[in-house]
Amino acid sequence: MPSRHPRAREIGPFLAILGPPAAWFLLFFVAPMAVVWAYSFGSNVGAAGIEITGTFLNYARTLEPVYLGILAKSFGIAAIATLACLLLGFPVALAISFAPARLRTLLLVAIMLPFWTNLLIRTYALMAVLRDQGLVNQAVEAVAPGLAPLPLLHNNFAVILGLVYVHLPFMVLPIYAALDRLDRSLLEASLDLGASHLDTIFRILVPLARPGILAGLLLTFIPALGSYLTPDLLGGPDSQMIANIIERQFKRANDWPFGAALAFVLVYLTLFVLAAQGLLRRRGEAE
Amino acid sequence: MSDRAEVGLLDYSRRLPVRLVLLVVLLFLYLPLAVLVLFSFNDSRRTTVWKGFTTEWYARLAGNAELILALANSLTIALVTTLIALLIGTLAAIGLWRFRFPGNGLVGSAFSLPIVVPEICMGVAFLIFFARVLRWPQGLGWPLDLGPIIIAHVAFCFPFVTVVVRARLASFNRDLEEAARDLGASPWRALFDVVLPHLKPSLVAGALLAFTLSLDDFVITFFTAGPDTVTFPVKVYSMVRFSVTPEVNAISTLLLLITVALTLVALRVQAVAGDLQPRPTA
Repeated sequence: MPSRHPRAREIGPFLAILGPPAAWFLLFFVAPMAVVWAYSFGSNVGAAGIEITGTFLNYARTLEPVYLGILAKSFGIAAIATLACLLLGFPVALAISFAPARLRTLLLVAIMLPFWTNLLIRTYALMAVLRDQGLVNQAVEAVAPGLAPLPLLHNNFAVILGLVYVHLPFMVLPIYAALDRLDRSLLEASLDLGASHLDTIFRILVPLARPGILAGLLLTFIPALGSYLTPDLLGGPDSQMIANIIERQFKRANDWPFGAALAFVLVYLTLFVLAAQGLLRRRGEAE
Repeated sequence: MSDRAEVGLLDYSRRLPVRLVLLVVLLFLYLPLAVLVLFSFNDSRRTTVWKGFTTEWYARLAGNAELILALANSLTIALVTTLIALLIGTLAAIGLWRFRFPGNGLVGSAFSLPIVVPEICMGVAFLIFFARVLRWPQGLGWPLDLGPIIIAHVAFCFPFVTVVVRARLASFNRDLEEAARDLGASPWRALFDVVLPHLKPSLVAGALLAFTLSLDDFVITFFTAGPDTVTFPVKVYSMVRFSVTPEVNAISTLLLLITVALTLVALRVQAVAGDLQPRPTA
């Protein structure tokens, strides 16, 4: 029987197959990221020069109250948006997984379609509906003329709504995948033994769907934390998130070393969240 | 129990609170898009009140040379990116599946890093990289001046192809490949004649994913593109920042149409692939 372990004579095919992706990955992902990492330990010299001095001053600056506040705010906004996605997404996933086959396909497509459409266009569509003369405020005007226009755009509320709008499919799909696999006789048993529907959902369904929920939380939170376009277009002056501050260092403030440090703080936070989710998942599997 | 007229025991999709949330979510997802499409046909500069049907805004788009160039740029970038990302991504998936070597798992995780690293970080990385390390010559002319954007797009698209193809490889029956080898096929021949046909649906899905991701990307392109290169999302962004106008509605509607068509093709392909696979029993 032929062995699948690489032998000396398999080195050729090995390099031919894995060489191109490895080269692209090293040259055009690792190298650019490494340059940013190096810059984060650098300082500005003159008008356009940057010297890698090994200083930690850029990281020290990210701990200043202004930037810590923005970091905390980014975390908070992303967390609220993720939670809102869970509250809306779980019932939707439940409805889809228990729907008759034909309707299920239709609903899945309906949830997935926005995920494939352009982020910019979806954000623009939301802007048009939320602005002072938008559809929502026209409806408010018709019902309660004194209230309109409600300030719906260019504030933290709009950013959170925008993040929910954009990331909802990321929450629904993994939860649906988990619910679709579970053994329904457990639910029937619970109901037959006299538990209420809410009891059954929270004590049987939710624990069984835990891997899907965790995956959904991760898939929603990580892009929400680093999102640039949503706070940029929907946010006001005080709803800037970490990505917007990074952009400012590169395009306007022209302080690349500090921008690089902020970018790597965001990378570290992302990896930390990933690791935490990995731990939670493993603990869940061990139980 | 399920043939009773009343709501079945486990029929959560027919219970009122669940249906209510479903309705709200679908309205939330589609109402803004419906309004956007509707007002692209509105006979008024102001996009607030319906004044009558017109296709004027679409006609104006056709005369907007900048916008058409931006669209041509985006489609070219997406096409070239898809071809390269499909090749590299598939090679990575096959390599990780075919060869066992120390660090296989680690390399697999490393390849998916571009999926999780925030776009803004990759954006600034490419900005610095193409400004200070690999200076792209200016004035090469179209389409060579799109090079940096294509390089950046391949870097974040190929891991998605790898994920999709690896998932498909997991369901491949290795006995088939060994049978081909036993019957005298060379390893390459077995790869092309036995493994690749099995991968076909995932190759289509991966290609469509790469194409859409590249066509949609704003953040990374925004940082990578030089001042003279404008892609479709970058152009739309500058128009959106400026104001809400019916022209933007019209472009958005066109792009929506493209993505809806692509999504339906992708779903069709996956449905066909699903039919070929043994179904898990419920």
